[in-house]
Amino acid sequence: MVAWQEYVQRDGSIPEWPYPVRYGNEHRIKTDVLVLGGGIAGCHAAINARRQGVKVMVVEKGAVKWSGSGGSGVDHWIAACTNPCSKVTPEEYTEVAMKSNSGYDCGPLRYISTSESWDALLDCGKMGIQIRDVKDEFKGADFRDETTKLLFAYDYKTRTTIRVFGHNVKPLLYREMRRLDIDIYDRVSVTSLLTVKNKQGARVIGATGLNVRTGEYYIIQAKAVIIATGLPGRIWTFSTELRSTFRDFNNVGDGCAIAWNAGAAFTKMESSYGDSGAFGYIGYMMGNTHNTWYGCPIVDARGKEVPWFDRDGKLLKTISERFQPSRGQKLILGLGERIPSDRTNQIMDLAPDLPERIRKGEFVLPLYADLTRLPEQERRAIFGLMVGNEGKTRIAVYDALTKAGFDPDKDMLQAPVMPPKGYESTNYWAGMDVPQWRLWGSGGLIVDWDLKTSLDGLYAAGGAIFGSGAHSSAAASGRYAGRQAAAAAKTAAEGQLDNKQIEADKARVYAPLKQNEHNIGWKELNAGICRVMQDYCGEYRSEGTLKAGIHLLHDLRESEAMQLHAANPHELGRSLECQTIMTVGEIALQASLARKASSNYLGLNRLDYPEIDPIDWQKNISIMQSDNRIETNDLPLNYHLLPPYAPNYEENYRIHCGLEKSRRQK
Amino acid sequence: MTQKVYMTPNPPTPNNPIEYNASICNGCNRCVQICRTDVLMPNPEKGQPPLVLYADECWHCGCCVQECNRPGAIKLVHPLNQSVVVTWKRRATGKHYRLGMKLPPRANNKPPSE
Repeated sequence: MVAWQEYVQRDGSIPEWPYPVRYGNEHRIKTDVLVLGGGIAGCHAAINARRQGVKVMVVEKGAVKWSGSGGSGVDHWIAACTNPCSKVTPEEYTEVAMKSNSGYDCGPLRYISTSESWDALLDCGKMGIQIRDVKDEFKGADFRDETTKLLFAYDYKTRTTIRVFGHNVKPLLYREMRRLDIDIYDRVSVTSLLTVKNKQGARVIGATGLNVRTGEYYIIQAKAVIIATGLPGRIWTFSTELRSTFRDFNNVGDGCAIAWNAGAAFTKMESSYGDSGAFGYIGYMMGNTHNTWYGCPIVDARGKEVPWFDRDGKLLKTISERFQPSRGQKLILGLGERIPSDRTNQIMDLAPDLPERIRKGEFVLPLYADLTRLPEQERRAIFGLMVGNEGKTRIAVYDALTKAGFDPDKDMLQAPVMPPKGYESTNYWAGMDVPQWRLWGSGGLIVDWDLKTSLDGLYAAGGAIFGSGAHSSAAASGRYAGRQAAAAAKTAAEGQLDNKQIEADKARVYAPLKQNEHNIGWKELNAGICRVMQDYCGEYRSEGTLKAGIHLLHDLRESEAMQLHAANPHELGRSLECQTIMTVGEIALQASLARKASSNYLGLNRLDYPEIDPIDWQKNISIMQSDNRIETNDLPLNYHLLPPYAPNYEENYRIHCGLEKSRRQK
Repeated sequence: MTQKVYMTPNPPTPNNPIEYNASICNGCNRCVQICRTDVLMPNPEKGQPPLVLYADECWHCGCCVQECNRPGAIKLVHPLNQSVVVTWKRRATGKHYRLGMKLPPRANNKPPSE
């Protein structure tokens, strides 16, 4: 007797909203550093700001203890270049990542991530997260360093990715935040940034938010604000019917929308990828040999094993060769960091012509991931350690499969049965891409070497920054942004809040409470926005259709979106997310208009500018609002190494990182 | 058979991502407090398992199960259109199994590494 339907049928009454509802009640709060978003980046940012002695407050839409994309765990820690076993320097790793991204990556974010990823992991270790094989479970394994007891993944030679036992990372970060007396406001969704004199482009002096359980309104004055709201989602695909999204349901780009409205500058907002969207399979629960399952043998229905090859097409005869760079290759990069695979970084792979071999009948479907063929320690590393600790897998996959009787020592997990083309990538559980169902690319806020955005008082960490990253870069950049924001807060004057700005936001926030002649719910609107984005900002774009898409979004705002009705604070929060999604969608449309060229790097096809990556367009385009007008400008790919910055990564880091020399890793 | 029938909307899909075992759950609402999308609401009746209100917003992250200190009280259930194809084959016997099958094999009680 737990589902709502059952309760209503038994009781004959609808249960009352369980939380006190106080729409519009104001809470005015002052702090030094305000962190928006309590995921991995936000928690590390808050802890590191607090360590500088300033007052810190975190606002989170869910509940900090377990929320965020990394909320349910982490199994491998990427780009830990300064760990004692690493054979790669932050410079080398950054160079490879920048090159593989053809320069379309955020240099400061990348270099900071490679320089502080290991420090952030040590921080986690001190908080109680198991980062070493202290129980000697993997003693003697190829991927273990016997002195430090660190376990490595993917590339056992260069050793920059560390396997960790991080299923409880969030509760332990949360405990540390409580211990440090950080003010945590759960269930508060941010609605706007407050700027000096309510002016776009002026200094950020606070933010507002809505409690999605009580409907109360928060006005927070801060000397520095950090955006840590992750990557936008639910922009192109939205379906609660078929499955939950792979990315955190709460992530719609709140930070992106409020920073846009405040006049901050963004880049790469035109980038996107094809994706199965919300229509793939359960992550890591179908046979595959990707990411967490990397290296697992794949066999066909008759037990025939699919061969592995290196980047030069050389057949790999042993399993251990899957975990070593190719001949002459400096390093192979881990998967999951969204760095495009190329000859420099590419990992070993199954036969690239597997789809063709399936068509010809050489391999018979279904395929299986056969853990039994792995040495015991490799098998245990994949299924016991990684699947046992990775986000969304400890309970959803490890627990569910083992309780249902799956035994990795005896059983082979089946891969999805798909058309042959579906086996081009080893990430079988992602299903097959539908070209117009796009996945957010790597667009985000432009930052400098302080991880400050284009607005004074506003910093960013993790997925909110443009460029690619993962759990460890969220942690490392959070750590860094926390220090920078705290330093700024120490000297910043308190801003004067503009009441007109607050009143206008309140009017917008509570508008969906009114009953309309024809009400529309948030799910309906979300799905409608997604259709506009699929059709007008999909795989192929052109000036006419992009403009039509912008027009449609504006029209939606004035018609159906005005009919939105929210029955309770939860629906009110989701209704506001629809407005956020329209804003984020419009930025993607506008940014696509501004790039008059097609680009493989950005996943952008302009029908009216079909030439792919012409030399004149190998640059970032920055986009922002000023007096509510859109401004776009060129931003060189290496902007972070041009004046006023130093010409190399190390020097910029040394000047800006805010750490004493003795505390910087070699 | 007479039974009072009410007008209710169709059940959301997925129907029931979170199942409670009422004999183990003590209604402490720890899971309610941490669910990121407020799928779960406190039961109006104290001490009873939470109500699953926003089943359609479940992210299947399993944090409610991780947060629960009464093992077996909460079960995460995948949507059927996902779980129906989670199958495996025993290498030695060639026998097929499926998540949710009527007569499942014995549970494998080996815990994950930590």
